Amino acid sequence: MLLIPCPWCGERVEAEFRYGGEAHLKRPDNHLLCSDETWAEYLFMRRNPKGWHRERWMHLAGCKRWFYVVRHTQTHRIAAAYKVGEAWPALPA
Amino acid sequence: MTQAFRLASGGRIDREAPLRFLFDGHAYDGFAGDTLASALLANGIHLVARSFKYHRPRGIFALGVEEPNALVETGIGAGVEPNARATMVEVTDGLIANSQNRWPSLRFDLGAAADLASPLLSAGFYYKTFMGPAGAWKLYEWLIRRAAGVGRAPDLPDPDRYEHSYAHADVLVIGAGPAGLAAALAAGRAGARVLVVDEQVEPGGQLLNTAYAVNGRPALGWVAEASGELDRLSDVRRLARTMAIGAYDHGYVACVERAVPVPDGRVRWRERIWHVRAKEIVVATGAIERPLIFDGNDRPGTMLASAARAYATRYGVAAGRRAVVFANNDDAYRTALSLAEAGVEVAAVLDLRHDPTGALPALARERGLRVMSGHGVVGSRGRMRLKAVEAAPIDDPSNRQIIECDLLAVSGGWNPALHLYAHAGGKAAYNTSLAAFVPGIPADRMTVAGAAAGEFTLAQCLAGGARAGVEAARRAGFAATHPALVLDAPEPDADLRAGPLASPSRGGKRFVDLHNDVTEADLHLALSEGYRSVEHVKRYTTLGMGPDQGKTGNILGLSVLAQALGQEVPMVGTTTFRPPYHPVSFGALAGREVGDLVVPLRKTPMDSWHEEAGALFEPVGQWRRAKAYPKPGESMHAAAEREVRAAREGVGLFDASTLGKIDIRGPGATTLIERVYCNNFSTLGAGHGRYGLMLGEDGMVKDDGVTVRLGPDHYHMTTTTGGAAGVYVWIEDWLQTEWLDLEVFLTSVTEQWAVATLSGPKARAVLAPLTDVDLSVQAFPFMAFREGRVAGLPARIFRVSFSGDLSYEINVPARHGLALWQALMESGRPHAIAPYGTEALHILRAEKGYIVVGHETDGTITPMDLGYEAMVSKKKDFLGRRALSRSGMSGPERKHLVGLLTKDPARMLPIGAQIVERPSEARPVPMIGHVTSSYHSPTVKRGIAMALIKNGRARLGDTVYLPLLDGPTLAAEVVKPVFYDPENARRDG
Repeated sequence: MLLIPCPWCGERVEAEFRYGGEAHLKRPDNHLLCSDETWAEYLFMRRNPKGWHRERWMHLAGCKRWFYVVRHTQTHRIAAAYKVGEAWPALPA
Repeated sequence: MTQAFRLASGGRIDREAPLRFLFDGHAYDGFAGDTLASALLANGIHLVARSFKYHRPRGIFALGVEEPNALVETGIGAGVEPNARATMVEVTDGLIANSQNRWPSLRFDLGAAADLASPLLSAGFYYKTFMGPAGAWKLYEWLIRRAAGVGRAPDLPDPDRYEHSYAHADVLVIGAGPAGLAAALAAGRAGARVLVVDEQVEPGGQLLNTAYAVNGRPALGWVAEASGELDRLSDVRRLARTMAIGAYDHGYVACVERAVPVPDGRVRWRERIWHVRAKEIVVATGAIERPLIFDGNDRPGTMLASAARAYATRYGVAAGRRAVVFANNDDAYRTALSLAEAGVEVAAVLDLRHDPTGALPALARERGLRVMSGHGVVGSRGRMRLKAVEAAPIDDPSNRQIIECDLLAVSGGWNPALHLYAHAGGKAAYNTSLAAFVPGIPADRMTVAGAAAGEFTLAQCLAGGARAGVEAARRAGFAATHPALVLDAPEPDADLRAGPLASPSRGGKRFVDLHNDVTEADLHLALSEGYRSVEHVKRYTTLGMGPDQGKTGNILGLSVLAQALGQEVPMVGTTTFRPPYHPVSFGALAGREVGDLVVPLRKTPMDSWHEEAGALFEPVGQWRRAKAYPKPGESMHAAAEREVRAAREGVGLFDASTLGKIDIRGPGATTLIERVYCNNFSTLGAGHGRYGLMLGEDGMVKDDGVTVRLGPDHYHMTTTTGGAAGVYVWIEDWLQTEWLDLEVFLTSVTEQWAVATLSGPKARAVLAPLTDVDLSVQAFPFMAFREGRVAGLPARIFRVSFSGDLSYEINVPARHGLALWQALMESGRPHAIAPYGTEALHILRAEKGYIVVGHETDGTITPMDLGYEAMVSKKKDFLGRRALSRSGMSGPERKHLVGLLTKDPARMLPIGAQIVERPSEARPVPMIGHVTSSYHSPTVKRGIAMALIKNGRARLGDTVYLPLLDGPTLAAEVVKPVFYDPENARRDG
């Protein structure tokens, strides 16, 4: 069970959160006119890295805020958590 | 029997507290402080079990958690606990224990025929023998499952209580042996909040089993001082009888605490799971001794050298009268010396090494013990109990001599207990001289110390433990200012290296994994059949897959594979350790979450009324909802049909409180609603509601429901019962991460409003006497919203309908729900009002062709598939719009929602039934769709069904076929999915 550092509430157990997948997906500009390929890329394709991953979590059993976490998908280490609109912390080496 | 093998003195048992227990119906005596194993051994009992596969007689083999043989059943009736390790069961007065996996008795077990048939039961026999005719497996499986195995689970509910507790620590120390105590002292003195867990009854670890000295005094004196100091430190807590069973992410460790046993067994709780979250973890779990491979290495009377020593030292029990020690390392000489000191005749020490030169072998020789270096055991005699071993030089195995003995103490060296370290992601490295895996790449937040780190001397354990404690405290943010512990623990200069792990073979059974009856020959067979990966060999032979997870056997197995493949052990690899370290009872895992507490049950404010009315309930998510209200002697279906007739012909009352409800407020509310529904809401005026359809970004229907505009910037959104949380999270997601410009607040109000739906032509007549709201069609039209009083309660009334008939959905604050319901029932009495449940609701809505998200949709269905194209706005952008124009989202390949009418009106189609065009076509017949909803409609008096069929709207009037799995092929006509009142003539009453 992960210990997730909610930027609003502090460290809480994973069971209090909802996972939201890869963070910072860019919805295509002018999306109603974009190509099927561009839309499909946005809709379905994910990086799925073995390593550091920027991802979205929501503290559903707490402040109900969506925020971002930098987590290593292999070791589950969490390097940072940050709020919407904050500068992205650099990925650890 | 009077404890004929109890030593005259010594041991940590309480000789002033005698007790009596039963094993297989015989009464035996023991003392407080005994385990079942030590008490049985004190009475000369070694034979306690039959093996898993061959039903071979087996004896007590080990001391604690690593025991592979002595699995017994304790307790009686519902309190039976199967597969208890006799080595871990604390004996209490009146304890009842029984052997397992034998019939009719332990000494005479018919299952032992399996041993004679063992050539047929080699590795992989399952796969080879039972390839046979299909169906035969069902017969064989029953026989095999009965013949092979361990204990039987009791079939009565567990009468005991189990608890879960939570603990936080700066430093969690696992193990209270010398390394763990030193670590805890170092961290505790630094001021860290320390939790020490240890699976034993008392602290000390191996110091309990062997007479060591610390600072010139008996080591147990130091143990008492250390644990005393820990108990005085206010931020240190010790938990005995508490085993760490799994180490997970971010310092989370699960532990199981056993209750202190009491004679009548009536403990307040039997086991307690500790969920520990620690900043740092010190793993001081010690090491587990491993046996050796030799012919006949499983006779009762054979045991680990450390266990034989501990039974003498700790329990005052001689495990035999005449012993042979068989080893590949110096530590086993401690056993020989301890046994000799306890008065056991040590017939010989057989050492597989040619030139044991350490101080301990020298000491043994000095004491006059017969040390035979370069010798091994090449055979054993005795059926129910060891009578003699055959010893021979390993270079000349046929040159045998018979040594009579009733105890064979075996040591193949020690394996650090790295299980928790591996759970947490540590990667072990192989140490060739120890012939063991030791910590390699470290695990997050974890330090391994003492014997678990391959530091096998007491001095190393104490120093390494103290160092680990200081480091852990420092990483947890505490300056470890206290001087490191000064501990002096001199001991003879032992050669810690392990020699060969096997004696030469003379063709007998050579067990590698005692629990699962896996022999060296099984491993060779797997290799000869082409298996190479240790993971495959393990699964094929079941090596290490028993409940002991190969605690004693795994390294032996790896060494056999390595030797046969001509590789080094690290090249062969090791198998993965997974939690739990030791089996955990289901009771402990469940804790208090049993019975009614398995899942939190959500009840509506009117639930007590439904219960008193004899409602049948069904679970919907975590809610329980009334499915129907059968009268005495009435079936659920008959009740639902009666309720449907009431709601069609008179009036019915439905509890709709479980609907998801979200209160939406703010200047951006209308924009938000416009974006999340695919249909137009911009024209919706205050005081009116509209049915809305939500799509995911993939264009698929996600949820639906009516949203009412309460005021200019205020909406009341309803969602499906099951979709409420998901919709809330999803809208919050867009608001918080993409639409930061929208000023809107969402509040989940599902539980704040109770909802009663009056439905049927007489609904107006029932409601009118209770309310000040003008209910005339002109004043209160369809899809309008009014605020007023109902039965004196503040209410919001929505004129929506899920049945097609006149309906009022009345919302009141939750605390008034029951009062509202009672008032409506009372007012409805002259009109023969009937409460109706979800079954009737579903029939009513299916008659009208209304969809239920999750029945008619499954995440692959678009609004067009449902025939709702007209709802989809062409003018605005909304979530899911772009995806609707992707290729594949239209055309004849799409499935459409249609209705089905069976040719035989009395026939009902099963929900989920597959639909084909031509049933006589060669198999596999292409399937074109499936039934999504199917009911017998009391209104149109026939079976009706909804289905998703490929290009279904082009098939209206066609006949399709439904071949049933165990029945006939039914024919049905494709129709529009509306079976009743297609003109919507009834909605105004």
